[in-house]
Amino acid sequence: MLKLWASTYKEILLLTRDWGGLAILFLMPLLLVITITLVQNETFKTLKASKIPILLVDNDRGEVSKTIFEKLESSAVLKVERESTEASVKERVRTGEYQLGIVIPKNLSRDLNLKVAENVDGILEKFGLEEDHTPLVKSKLKPKEVRLYFDPATPVSFRNSIKSGIDQMISKIETETIYEAFQEELTDDPSEEIFDTEPFIVFNEIVPSGGKKEIIPNSTQHNIPAWTLFAIFFIILPLSINMVKEKNQGTYVRLRTQPVSYATFLGGKAVVFLAVALLQFGLMLLVGVFLFPGIGLPKLDIVGRLPLLFLVAFFAGLAAVGLGLLLGTIAKTQEQSAPFGATLVVILAALGGVWVPVFAMPGFMQTLSNISPMNWGLNAFYDVFLRNVGINELLPEMALLTLFFLLTTFIAIAYNERKNVV
Amino acid sequence: MIRIDKLSKKYKNAEDYSVRNLDLFIEEGEIFGLLGPNGAGKTTLISMLSSLLKPTSGAFSIDGLNYETHTNELKRRVGIVPQEYALYPSLTAFENLSYFGSMYGLIGSPLKNSILEHIEILGLSRFAHKKIDNFSGGMKRRINLIASILHRPKVLFLDEPTVGVDVQSKNVIIEYLKQLNAEGTTILYTSHHLNEAEHFCTRVGIIDLGEIVCKGEPSTLVAQQKDANNLEEVFLVQTGKALRDHA
Repeated sequence: MLKLWASTYKEILLLTRDWGGLAILFLMPLLLVITITLVQNETFKTLKASKIPILLVDNDRGEVSKTIFEKLESSAVLKVERESTEASVKERVRTGEYQLGIVIPKNLSRDLNLKVAENVDGILEKFGLEEDHTPLVKSKLKPKEVRLYFDPATPVSFRNSIKSGIDQMISKIETETIYEAFQEELTDDPSEEIFDTEPFIVFNEIVPSGGKKEIIPNSTQHNIPAWTLFAIFFIILPLSINMVKEKNQGTYVRLRTQPVSYATFLGGKAVVFLAVALLQFGLMLLVGVFLFPGIGLPKLDIVGRLPLLFLVAFFAGLAAVGLGLLLGTIAKTQEQSAPFGATLVVILAALGGVWVPVFAMPGFMQTLSNISPMNWGLNAFYDVFLRNVGINELLPEMALLTLFFLLTTFIAIAYNERKNVV
Repeated sequence: MIRIDKLSKKYKNAEDYSVRNLDLFIEEGEIFGLLGPNGAGKTTLISMLSSLLKPTSGAFSIDGLNYETHTNELKRRVGIVPQEYALYPSLTAFENLSYFGSMYGLIGSPLKNSILEHIEILGLSRFAHKKIDNFSGGMKRRINLIASILHRPKVLFLDEPTVGVDVQSKNVIIEYLKQLNAEGTTILYTSHHLNEAEHFCTRVGIIDLGEIVCKGEPSTLVAQQKDANNLEEVFLVQTGKALRDHA
């Protein structure tokens, strides 16, 4: 115990003597969380505040294209600019000047009305309601193509949401045209409302909560867990560099000649770097609670969750420290440990669902994700931050993170034993 | 005190043995100098005796303790002064010594008193609370020595303890080692300073290609070697004049 305490105290001294290192250790994760949350939050706000300009070529010049234009104009995110030719749209979108260009085909209104009229007449005739019993002749109209030109750099998610929006809008126009055609056929009084065209099915978005308190997820509640975990795992870099330094400056060789175990040597580092991870976490919570509202970001809501949050941070930190100890044991130089450690954290973060949610990953990646400690940590953080769960629901993730720490530390000790038999 | 029986070491992928079937017995209270050209096997031998390397074959015991069965007890009785400065540059001399002393199980007043006593003797009291980073080579060498003797070991291994230091520091180190020896510490020492070894050691062994080629009191070796006036001339006769560069 004395040796573990002495090792811990030595690590504290080494850490506190390196002001530059300390600043990086504490400020960089804060900077990361603030930047990411600002970017994501501001992007969302920007979409609402300043609309995205798009191009529209109206070759139809009819009622349908007029409706499309009006609906696009009334959209919360798009601002429509008219363009005369398709070639020009193609060029301006290709060069990235515009993210989207829409080309409405010629005679869209006329053909749609014709098609709908034919269908309505056909239906009414079947019901025997048609006054004129002349046999119907099908006009053989070809389906009309509304062309959407996307900038190649436009994210797929944005592209899909725009496509889906336009698809919905065109379906609605078609439906309204059908209703209008029926209205015209069935009554001579245009003011008579035969059909109620208001949507019958509506959506109500509900976020289920485990407790009595209603949880309203926002960019802060989503970003703080993900990027805090990312920052916690970045501790493997300074930890592994610290270990490599010890090897290179000869102090570790001296320790090997002394009656002290490698586990004690690692123990001192584990205690200090785990404390650093928890301090980092505490600082990030403070930033979320006190700084975010001041810079226009949603406030982090931690009321009633603090003990569980620190519990999760403790186990996530433990897993990160275990990985750092293993990396520091295996790496011979800082040139090995630093880039490898950084890349490993990014890979684990990607697998863990920090950038792309796990459910949106391909099947085999979802399987891989199950073995990422960042995935366990992120799930545990979301459980506390967004799902309002109790300690029992967190036990599986905490057990996995502890096992990961034990496994990596055991491998580090075994590797060290084996390596020293030169 | 130190008994070495048929000790050999062959590194993985090495073509030849670095230490080959080496037999040596060092009496309690001796200062034994292990001399040899670069790559002769000095550091490999000391590393094995310091538990840093596992022997390929053979055995050794120190103070009656077998290295395999009593590793930790053996480490408590031995002090090792490595050739490099094995110290934390950003810690003060006192903090370095406190840490390394506590790794030998020292605690509280005994640790503090041992540190203060040693830094006083080696002339570093004024610098106890200065960072090692600011120390000269000679000062670092002295702290490097103190870090290995705080627990008052029965046996002390020194790998080139005076390399790269000024005459004054060298003198203080050698005089203090003599004092430790007079108090009962057995010393095994390697050096390239043959003149220093001739005057400091009670016995020397010249090692070459992993084997001890001759051993005895320095004056006896000089007397036995035809046309040799000092240990350096004995050394050159025994090991040859060819360069021993290796990588």
